Amino acid sequence: MPTTPPEETTDPADMTRLIDTAEVIICCGSGGVGKTTTAAVIGLAAAGRGRRVAVVTIDPARRLADALGLAEIGSEPARIDGTWPGELSALMLDAKSTFDSLVRRYAANEAQAAGILANPFYRNISGTLSGTQEYMASEKLYELHRSDDFDLVVVDTPPTRNALDFLEAPERLSKFLNHKLYRAVTAPSRGVLKVVNAATGAVLRQVGKVVGSEVIGDALAFFSAFEGMEEGFRQRATAVAELFADPATAFVLVTAPREDSVAEARFFAGRLSDDGIEVRALIVNRMHPPFGEPDPTADDRAADRLSDAPGGEALADYHRARADLRRLARDERSNLSELTAQVGSAAIVHVPSLATDVHDLEGLTRVGRSLLVN
Amino acid sequence: MAGLRGENVDSTQFFTASRLIIVAGKGGVGKTTAGAALAIAAARSGLSVLLVELEGTTGLSRLLGCEPLGYDPVEVPLDAETTGSLTARMITPDQALLDYLADHGLKRVGRAMVSSGILEIVSTATPGIRDLLVLGKIRQLETERAADLIILDAPAAGHAITFLRSPTGIAEAATSGALHTQATEALAMLGDPSRARVMLVTLPEETPINELVDTAYSLEEDVGVMLGPVVVNGTWPPLPGLDVELERAASEAGVTLSDDEADSLRAAGAYRAERTAMQQSQLERLGDELPLATLNLDFVFTNELETADLSRLADRLLDEIDALDAVLSD
Repeated sequence: MPTTPPEETTDPADMTRLIDTAEVIICCGSGGVGKTTTAAVIGLAAAGRGRRVAVVTIDPARRLADALGLAEIGSEPARIDGTWPGELSALMLDAKSTFDSLVRRYAANEAQAAGILANPFYRNISGTLSGTQEYMASEKLYELHRSDDFDLVVVDTPPTRNALDFLEAPERLSKFLNHKLYRAVTAPSRGVLKVVNAATGAVLRQVGKVVGSEVIGDALAFFSAFEGMEEGFRQRATAVAELFADPATAFVLVTAPREDSVAEARFFAGRLSDDGIEVRALIVNRMHPPFGEPDPTADDRAADRLSDAPGGEALADYHRARADLRRLARDERSNLSELTAQVGSAAIVHVPSLATDVHDLEGLTRVGRSLLVN
Repeated sequence: MAGLRGENVDSTQFFTASRLIIVAGKGGVGKTTAGAALAIAAARSGLSVLLVELEGTTGLSRLLGCEPLGYDPVEVPLDAETTGSLTARMITPDQALLDYLADHGLKRVGRAMVSSGILEIVSTATPGIRDLLVLGKIRQLETERAADLIILDAPAAGHAITFLRSPTGIAEAATSGALHTQATEALAMLGDPSRARVMLVTLPEETPINELVDTAYSLEEDVGVMLGPVVVNGTWPPLPGLDVELERAASEAGVTLSDDEADSLRAAGAYRAERTAMQQSQLERLGDELPLATLNLDFVFTNELETADLSRLADRLLDEIDALDAVLSD
């Protein structure tokens, strides 16, 4: 099917350079824009260029596991067999087991670790707490980056609004562990602090009436059990934050050209820029081809004229088909113009809309070819 | 088939089957649009409708042509012939909490919880507490019959499950206290099909349909909530003329096409036909994998969906609901 070469795309060499030199690539963007697939495509492209790559996905997309030739993606890196010169591994984030292993690492002894792992409050925050998944993603990313097994770690982040938490998660957890409630319950009970404790106790009893006293009890037990471990967590959070800011880490913004997706992408680009982080590449998936020019008016007129003329109805539909596609292409390009300006020097790649989803390595490689010059 | 809206009993029955409809779907499938179109369709069926959006969603007020949404309900202007009414509001966890505490004579505790930072700790530590606060507020509105029908624009798919599971988690974590009561009441509402049901929204494409099927089963099994028909957004309407070969179409119309023009039109026609066929096969697969009826909405090729487009989508939904009833009553 003939498609016009996407205009407004930057020199493909920029993307190639990024894939050749980055040590960490973080793919961010809202849900439903092909982020997981893009992460896999980048991983495969880098392995194709001789790098040893780990792709970390958060979304348990079965199709992606299939596409990568894996029965399922587990929480430890699994090697994918292929003919590329480099190496490709994939793993899926399991927030709870990552958190558990952190607790084991920083606990002073096994008894402390066991006490925390059994605490109901901990079981809650480690499983479904909003932000934990994001924190653990950054944690896993750090661990893989430090390992000698990989040259490049590609991360597929949770959908946009949570992906913002991704940036703040290490800091938030360390703040949480340094909370004044924690301080109050673990501080020695004498002098001024005793007064603080009494006041805190009164508030806690009140709060217990609302949220249930066992929630408070479990929380206090958790904080007491955590004593001495928060420093390890805090140092780790700082190290992860430094990794995000490191020039070897590249943020790749993934979007679809629809208005709502672009609005989300702009929101995200703004947030990254607030944090002093540069978007290194913008990947626009599912661009519709304009079939000549992105202007539907001539086809609209032709369709109107033909449907009034005898025998013109079938040809009118051909013009309608092209008008619809040109209208889409026109709107998509206009949606993207401000985003493109906003990300400034980023490499920009448009990936054409495919009639079917990508299901296999061949499909991923094909998309990869539109990302880079091989 | 549709007849005059004012006389349409079928769609009224459809919309009054439960007092709350939770609209859920993966990001980017047009969930907010579908929710707004459902709300307008319900108002056209003569109901008073309250449309609720949660923190962080955007564009709804522009779409509805009303003032920006806040915690207090806003009247949404509707066509003169609409017999029902529509209000919209945004519910945030913080305001829901303060409301709740004030209702229970605990205003001071609320302030203490906020100023001491304990709310932050408790909400960080108790998964779903913020979700439950919102759900609890909606449960209160539902019980008070704030409207004939409440339509909730739920968080995106994965989060919709977390959101709707929040009362289960909290009922287990807090076995006493006001929060426990709140959770139990929300669970009772979600488990009662005459009070609440979920309508999932998807696109006729492979990945969204896979996720839809997973979400549907997990909502049914983990939350035990009733599922209504699935709204399939963005179906490219068929163009029957494309079945005629381009050469014949041109000669029937008495038009001579240049080679370039013929190639371009043929390519556009083929692209459209391929996309339509792909969507049809995905819709068939959806039918095979999920035993739920579907309501199909056409793809809107323009960029910024306007209030007029929304009105058209609402009409289309009413037609689809009528067709649904015809099938069901056969």
